[in-house]
Amino acid sequence: MAKLELRRVVKRFGDTTVCNGIDLDVEAGQMVCLIGSSGAGKSTLLRCINLLEPIEDGEIFLDGSDISIPGLDPQSVRGRIGMVFQNFNLFPHMTALENAMLAPRRVRGLSRAQLQPEIENLFEKFGLADRMGNYPDQLSGGQQQRVAIVRALAMRPEVMLFDEITSALDPQLVGEVLDVLLLLKQQGMTMVLATHEMGFARQAADKVCFLKDGRIIEEGPPSALFDTPQMDETKAFLSRALK
Amino acid sequence: MANDEAGGLSRRERYEKQQRRRSSLIAAASTLIVLVALVVLVPMAPGWEKVQKSFFNGAVLAKSFPKLLDAFKINLMIFAWSAPAIAVLGLLIALARDAKSPALFPLRIFGAAFTDVFRGVPVILTVYLIGFGIPGLGLPRPWNSPYIWGSLALILTYSAYVAEIFRAGIDSVHHSQRSAALSLGLSERQVMRDVILPQAVRNVVPSQMNMLIALQKDVSLLSFIGPVEIFRQAGVFKSLLANFTPYVGAAIIFLIVTIPATRYADYLMARQTRERR
Ligand SMILES: Nc1ncnc2c1ncn2[C@@H]1O[C@H](COP(=O)(O)OP(=O)(O)OP(=O)(O)O)[C@@H](O)[C@H]1O
Ligand SMILES: [Mg+2]
Repeated sequence: MAKLELRRVVKRFGDTTVCNGIDLDVEAGQMVCLIGSSGAGKSTLLRCINLLEPIEDGEIFLDGSDISIPGLDPQSVRGRIGMVFQNFNLFPHMTALENAMLAPRRVRGLSRAQLQPEIENLFEKFGLADRMGNYPDQLSGGQQQRVAIVRALAMRPEVMLFDEITSALDPQLVGEVLDVLLLLKQQGMTMVLATHEMGFARQAADKVCFLKDGRIIEEGPPSALFDTPQMDETKAFLSRALK
Repeated sequence: MANDEAGGLSRRERYEKQQRRRSSLIAAASTLIVLVALVVLVPMAPGWEKVQKSFFNGAVLAKSFPKLLDAFKINLMIFAWSAPAIAVLGLLIALARDAKSPALFPLRIFGAAFTDVFRGVPVILTVYLIGFGIPGLGLPRPWNSPYIWGSLALILTYSAYVAEIFRAGIDSVHHSQRSAALSLGLSERQVMRDVILPQAVRNVVPSQMNMLIALQKDVSLLSFIGPVEIFRQAGVFKSLLANFTPYVGAAIIFLIVTIPATRYADYLMARQTRERR
């Protein structure tokens, strides 16, 4: 049984079908990368997995239990699946530390003092030990994105979703954020990434899925997908993306 | 090097300094001309002497000013208990109007009706209706006090406006903040309380400051139902001394409070606009 399984997931906004029957298995500890051109539905798929968008049809299983049952309380599921966004979305009125503490305090019901060691540890691990007291607007883009990752990890999620988390960064800051992903992979985190970083996907992913018009057209290990793509659409996309 | 000349100022800095000095000179000169024109021309108007006697009479001002200040304390008192009540009620109504749960649907309707009614009726009318109407039910003392019901009229009217400003503030927080907070496993309530509201309130502080300034002035409307606050006190002096100068005195007292407050609100507004960039 895979950690995360998607079966024929359909998502519509009005008349437009954004996810059109998506099947996907993510094994525990795997890093899966979603690639595809703008508008293919990558962000929407991630938002569906995190139950930020209700799906019209299909099922999503986490550890074998269906989390997409209509009427299920999404809160309990979201605590187990962390998400990081392209524009960081840190809370601007809180320091980095407070950003990371908010959800565990409210949802896990722990006090600041109880959380302090665990969260400080996370900040240290991601090179942010001296930034905990800073507000988001006092941090560089790369630092903000790492704080956002720490904030999601503070809930001790079992799966992490990353939506183009380096797209809003200056090129010289991309590396420090990608390093964090490698570190998480080493620690056995299960991850799904929407990304335009083809080099990174090829180097680090266990599986790459190419999305077009709300479908997974082709998937496989990075070497196969990047070096010997089978479908014409994949070839066309890669020749554009790798240029 | 260019930098060594003129006390370490660069060529450009010297130019800008010169330009600044030029602008202030022009501003000072034009202000002076306008002032002189006012001082010289206005007294040349045929009715000036009469106006001066009845509106700008130094002796009357000196005589009435201390009592006016005293009466202004009543304005401050009414303001002091109305403002916090308005903030709380305004926020509650804003939240009620944005309530999503179907069980709270009546609350939503009530919130909408409330804001429609109290924004649609002139303040003075609300003050009259509530201030005369409710004590007219024959309530025992102290429950027939115009202070209570007049303040309530102000609180209801201003809460309607303040609620709309809070709602605009809630809308001004980008929806990605909500997504991020929900994705962490927070409940809708927690998202509102911990993430949206603090940002919303901060965004509308300057607008709410302006509401406070307007409230400070509208407290005077209670004079129509009884309390001898500053406007009413000035009226008493006017009848007593057959002179309008006490009204000018009252205006001066208002300005002493409202001008700094207005400047401060503008400063907050300007700072916020700068931060947004
Ligand atoms: N809330 C929404 N309402 C209506 N349409 C939406 C909504 N969110 C997304 N869409 C549409 O769904 C399609 C897929 O969008 P999505 O953001 O998932 O694409 P993406 O693959 O992440 O693209 P990008 O690489 O630009 O981030 C787009 O056509 C978009 O306009
Ligand atoms: Mg996207």
